[in-house]
Amino acid sequence: MSSFKIFDIAGSGMSAQSVRLNTTASNLANADSVSGDPARVYRAKHPVFEAVRAGLGTNAASSGVTVRGIVESAAPPSARYEPGNPLADANGYVYAPNVNAVEEMVDMISASRSYQNNVEVMNTARDMMLATLKLGQ
Amino acid sequence: MPANLDAYLGVHAAALKVRSQRTELLATNLANADTPGYRARDIDFRTALAAAARPGGGIHLATTSSRHIGAAPTDGTSPAELKYRVPLAPSLDGNTVDAQLEQAAFAENTVRYQATLQFLSSKFRGLMTAITGQ
Repeated sequence: MSSFKIFDIAGSGMSAQSVRLNTTASNLANADSVSGDPARVYRAKHPVFEAVRAGLGTNAASSGVTVRGIVESAAPPSARYEPGNPLADANGYVYAPNVNAVEEMVDMISASRSYQNNVEVMNTARDMMLATLKLGQ
Repeated sequence: MPANLDAYLGVHAAALKVRSQRTELLATNLANADTPGYRARDIDFRTALAAAARPGGGIHLATTSSRHIGAAPTDGTSPAELKYRVPLAPSLDGNTVDAQLEQAAFAENTVRYQATLQFLSSKFRGLMTAITGQ
């Protein structure tokens, strides 16, 4: 029965969204990890999703989602003048990560909603299949 | 009473199959709600059902020689016959999935799937009544 594929599809969606939640958590946790070297400071990470074909022929229409890779934001890190900081460079600057906390929070909510969507799809598909199994009783 | 069970069940068996394929497609759309460049797709139910309910229907590959290899007819749900959604507000990354619209379509499809199940269920109950005479 082809309905079993729905579990794969929704599962791949949940897995991808949880990677997105992971990167958001990592970005928020490191939002204040300053460094004395702008090249070595933490950079905001974001996953790139890609649709993946589940099969060939007539079933090629359905596809799950996969994380193609994780890209680091190219925005420049912000420099702060903190001569008292032990990490400060020769000029007294420390460099803060280019993490935008507001953007990350929005991303987190979006990821969690999408995750819930996939859970609902899976629950509904399960109910439908159970009802189909009871057909004729 | 027709002796053929397929004829007795009518269009509902084919409808159930198309509904379940549509569920899969809508699940795909929802799973790819955040995929850049993904374009939402859907089945035109009327066309797909007409193709699925008509035995030997669908699109054939014409063979003009007995040595040609024929292709199995498609059932209206092959990628070529799926329709792309016309987006109301496509996002900048080229994704055309409208999560609310897909959710609504998913709910509607589920209810219709259950309705088809009810129809089939009643057909089987009718058959059981006829067989047992109770």
